Amino acid sequence: MNQMPRLLEVRRNVLQSNDIVAKRLRAHFYAAGTFVISLVSSPGSGKTSFLEKILTLMNKDYRLAALVGDLATENDALRLARSDVPVKQITTGTLCHLEAAMVEAALESWNLDALDLLFIENVGNLVCPSSYDLGEDLRAVLLSVTEGEDKPLKYPTIFNSADIALITKMDLAEAVEFDEDATNVNIQAVRPGMKTFTVSSKTGDGLDLFAKYLGSRRADKLRDIRRETKVTRQ
Amino acid sequence: MHELSIAVSMVSVVQEEARRHQFCVSAVHLRLGPLSGVDKHALLSAYLMACYDTPLENSRLIIDEVPIVIYCSTCQAKRTLPSIQRFCCPECATPTSQVVQGRELEVVGLEVE
Repeated sequence: MNQMPRLLEVRRNVLQSNDIVAKRLRAHFYAAGTFVISLVSSPGSGKTSFLEKILTLMNKDYRLAALVGDLATENDALRLARSDVPVKQITTGTLCHLEAAMVEAALESWNLDALDLLFIENVGNLVCPSSYDLGEDLRAVLLSVTEGEDKPLKYPTIFNSADIALITKMDLAEAVEFDEDATNVNIQAVRPGMKTFTVSSKTGDGLDLFAKYLGSRRADKLRDIRRETKVTRQ
Repeated sequence: MHELSIAVSMVSVVQEEARRHQFCVSAVHLRLGPLSGVDKHALLSAYLMACYDTPLENSRLIIDEVPIVIYCSTCQAKRTLPSIQRFCCPECATPTSQVVQGRELEVVGLEVE
């Protein structure tokens, strides 16, 4: 005779295995003093163009590297190689997002101690990447002016999971009658207090300001690490 | 559509528990928040696929959808958000990013035999 079913209380995070790897990555990045920024957006918002420009711009002052995720092709890595920065492509096959284990595997042969900043470009997708922590310090969500001002309201989860927003392709703003104020209202509705940058990879507008911001965020991280090390020694 | 990856992770988490306690699982209770980025209906379909040919094959997935709860610093109270498109206190309209509930994607109970 079957026993009566009973309810057993458990508490298990479904993405625990990803979170464990992400935590390990974060500890490695911390120990190496590497500041890590991930980029998420819909396909075609200009992540790769933006990355190419920002890598070229920051390459003179920092030791940089980039990981780029795509379902297929090595095209993005080939494009980014023009910036003279070490770039590795992660092809996910049919998977619509990057997971922490893929980042860990891709970094295996790289010496993190020799890196000031690491960029991780996620697969173009505004839904799935929101669930996966990659151990990054900063998650930037990109939104191009051609996508419509209400994108944050349509994809509130990814905007809420991100730390900053980048409005890209500002050189096209006038042609598509982009309403920057309305976009900002929508961003602030789903993520109050979110810092937003406007950039154009074509003209270079806004890139300097963003590069300075990343530099200062890295300096903040190094300061935190030094303070922590001092406290531990005492 | 990453719900299949999520369902596969869920099946492995549940099987781990089942092996550890040596019981047979007939239903899995999951708490799901709107900020988890996971769709309930897609997850229910994906669960069937992920369970195929595993000891969980005939188990049921019961999803408890929880609302987003924020902390309002003006009211000094927790409030349930009526909409995922507006992160502000429904009482006093103060904008807030302090989410206290809504990111859940966790197995909270197993019906076992």
